[in-house]
Amino acid sequence: MTCTARVSPPSQTTVNPCTLCAPLGAALASAGVRGTVPLLHGGQGCATYIRRYLISHFREPMDIASSSFGESQTVFGGEANLHRALTNIDRQYKPNLITVATTCVAETIGEDVERLLANFLEKNPDHKPIVWASTPSFKDGHAEGFHAMVAALVAKLATVAGPKKKTVNLLPPIVSPADLRHLREIVAGFGLEATLLPDYSDTLDGVILDHYRPLPDGGTPLEDVAEMPRSLATLDFSLTGKAERSSQTLAERGCPSKLLGLPIGVRATDAMCDLLGELSTNAAPSWLSQERGRLLDAYADGHKYVFGQRVAVFGDPELVAGIAGFLAEIGARPILCATGARNRTLRSALQALPADEERVILEDTHYGAIEDACRTLKPDLLIGSSKGYRMARELGVPLLRVGFPIHDRIGAGRLLQVGYRGTMQLFDGIVNTLLEAKQAASPVGFSYL
Amino acid sequence: MTFKVLEDREGQVIRTGKQGAVPVTCNKASAAGSVSQRACTFCGSRVVLYPIADALHLVHGPVGCAAYTWDIRGALSSGPELHRISCSTDLRERDIVLGGEGQLESSLRDLVGRYAPKAAFVYATCVVGVIGDDVAAVCKRVAADVGIPVIPVMAEGFRGTKRDGYNAATGALLELIGTGDVSGVGPLSINLLGDFNVAGESWIIKEYFARMGVEVVSVLTGDGRVDEIRRAHGAKLNVVQCAGSMTPLAKAMQEKYGIPFVRVSFFGIEDTAHALYEVAEKLGNAEVKERTQALVREEIAKVLPQLKAFKRDLQGKRAGLYVGGAFKAFSLVRALRQLGVTVALAGTQTGNQEEYDELQKVCDENTVVVDDTNALELANYVVEQDIDVFIGGVKERPIAYKLGIGFCDHNHERKIPLAGFQGAVAFAREIHATATSPIWSLMPRRNRRASKAPRLATGTEKP
Repeated sequence: MTCTARVSPPSQTTVNPCTLCAPLGAALASAGVRGTVPLLHGGQGCATYIRRYLISHFREPMDIASSSFGESQTVFGGEANLHRALTNIDRQYKPNLITVATTCVAETIGEDVERLLANFLEKNPDHKPIVWASTPSFKDGHAEGFHAMVAALVAKLATVAGPKKKTVNLLPPIVSPADLRHLREIVAGFGLEATLLPDYSDTLDGVILDHYRPLPDGGTPLEDVAEMPRSLATLDFSLTGKAERSSQTLAERGCPSKLLGLPIGVRATDAMCDLLGELSTNAAPSWLSQERGRLLDAYADGHKYVFGQRVAVFGDPELVAGIAGFLAEIGARPILCATGARNRTLRSALQALPADEERVILEDTHYGAIEDACRTLKPDLLIGSSKGYRMARELGVPLLRVGFPIHDRIGAGRLLQVGYRGTMQLFDGIVNTLLEAKQAASPVGFSYL
Repeated sequence: MTFKVLEDREGQVIRTGKQGAVPVTCNKASAAGSVSQRACTFCGSRVVLYPIADALHLVHGPVGCAAYTWDIRGALSSGPELHRISCSTDLRERDIVLGGEGQLESSLRDLVGRYAPKAAFVYATCVVGVIGDDVAAVCKRVAADVGIPVIPVMAEGFRGTKRDGYNAATGALLELIGTGDVSGVGPLSINLLGDFNVAGESWIIKEYFARMGVEVVSVLTGDGRVDEIRRAHGAKLNVVQCAGSMTPLAKAMQEKYGIPFVRVSFFGIEDTAHALYEVAEKLGNAEVKERTQALVREEIAKVLPQLKAFKRDLQGKRAGLYVGGAFKAFSLVRALRQLGVTVALAGTQTGNQEEYDELQKVCDENTVVVDDTNALELANYVVEQDIDVFIGGVKERPIAYKLGIGFCDHNHERKIPLAGFQGAVAFAREIHATATSPIWSLMPRRNRRASKAPRLATGTEKP
């Protein structure tokens, strides 16, 4: 591998963070299980900031409870508040599941959440399940927090063994509701049913209502989560450390697992479809083959616009790796691949890329460092979240918005990136963004391009 | 299923009646598990100090608190924009174990060297309070070396409510105030407290004062500059707009420097006119009073016909509002009434008893008043009170939209100035654009109501 390794400046001083905190990821994952209320054990502000951040992206209600630590809980422990919070959630929401994630303050004072929950369940023996994940943000970011909650859900709930069902488990990283819906659609195209964990495609992209429901419709039912070991296989698209690998847990419980890159681009989508073909012993549906053909046709129409273009990609590791692979497939050059995630999974995920001696990979980084790298690398295009807009404006380089968060455009939940169809949208977006920049900068202003 | 307020929140939701104000339980920590719309102490301090544009704002703690407050307010600057970057010491596990002072010091020196700010604010977050970093000592040491004020803001999230964060910010500002030269400050001078120049609102208000012949020594903290804040003690009057956040500072300045203060609001034409007259009156200068009268006359003549045009469409609409402080709520109730809109649901995150009494007085009978409410309560009362348009912040927006109800952002993130006379027109335009949009007639809630109440039928709706 010829990728040159560059690291962030020696100081950990962060200027414009490229990651959110771990409980955000945990809360987002929780939104993908039917009838769930996430509870953050710690200060009130954490829950509110995270809600605001998620609401600005999804433009949907997102209720996250807090055990509302004050000074005395910080000194003496938050057991009473945790129990009070669980009770108040039950009264208000009547959920099927409560998930608990720990904030920095709870982690720092060393709350023994396992024991606190055991004490609660002892007093409330008929209580619905409670799943908790340790999510200290002095260790992890939102991507890791997301996977930690999925791992906790699988460990605790996916326990039912039995004869195989015609289902496939999908463990997606943070993708859009549209992506989740399309993944399910592709699996259905092969005559199988998908159990997605999480699946917030309805809970965070819901329909208009005439009266408010405490819990949004949608999410993977608890019964389906429970039966995940009975699926034919688990397709794991997430990049995590071994310890957090939920597919490993499922494999130990009898469901074989397959690690896959996000299906972005023809080859990556082919890999997923081949696997679904094997598992189902069905051929791909004709609509999917048609979409593949149309995508290739689009590649032919647009290939010259993207060839050799220098692209900086930033965001969660799975999306960055998926987009980088797709860029290489169409002849563009992913010269900067950056993530704020701290789990050090991006570099190895990028190993299959064709060598590019200019390529820089930044992990556990922040926008200050990404911008510095861009000044040297001079990309033609930036692909990433809307938090890259300041940098794009500063650098005078166009930004194609993908991933999370997108706070300055409408429709983040409807952005599709996966499958042949999603790749087509991404491809059109890339070509048109480049054309628009070219057209705007041109003294002539041709109307045919 | 009838809606029931949580036991822990009884007394925090009331309905205005015929006789006098009902006591509202308030000024207490949010009930655990209630899903409050409030943030924390850190948030209170951060929003107040945020607009100071030539200062470095360093959030000391793990990365989240800085990430969530990056570019969070629409507070504009006419020059430097240091406030729009997000700096964090990004504490990691080893710092939690070994202490974060070393990292704080190295980050401070690094950032002060890189950005050359006029001052630095260091915000202590929850973790820092627990691990016991001596933030003040680090600030003092670095300040002595780098030659700018480095001010600790002890606003650990768990310390209390957002209000306690305002107090922390007050303490930080008081360290700057009184350190500048006030020799050039004239007798007709004021500070504007509690305007944050969201969408350029301070500029609108400053222009009025310029026309009145009143010198604005400093705005705390809209389009804020360290050197202006240092001179704030030279002003003869403090004009307090966001009373919730800035009354403590106004009181402290009265005590320390003998500067009297007036509480005003620049939302709505009535309140704006009243505010300007009040300032002119307090300054006691006949020429200023005359100029103020002329200004108010001129501005009202300009905007009143526009407001009347909006009122024709809006008459009879019903509004709900949920805002940070009560003073904004009073103004909004009046401003909406002028547009023919009745407020039927009103609440605040941080109101106190006295403020809730006043709020009940300005509201009509049968208005639901909520303190530190949550999403479920709001969703219930917007339907129960038959609200057409909701005024609040980003967290309230999806509740309104999900139910097919109009919404107007009157919080930090708004991009349209809503203060002053022209702001009143902008506010009316916003309310009009959302409350009279034809899309609502397609929504299930409206369709259902239309079938029961033909007065709203437009002919295109199905029964």
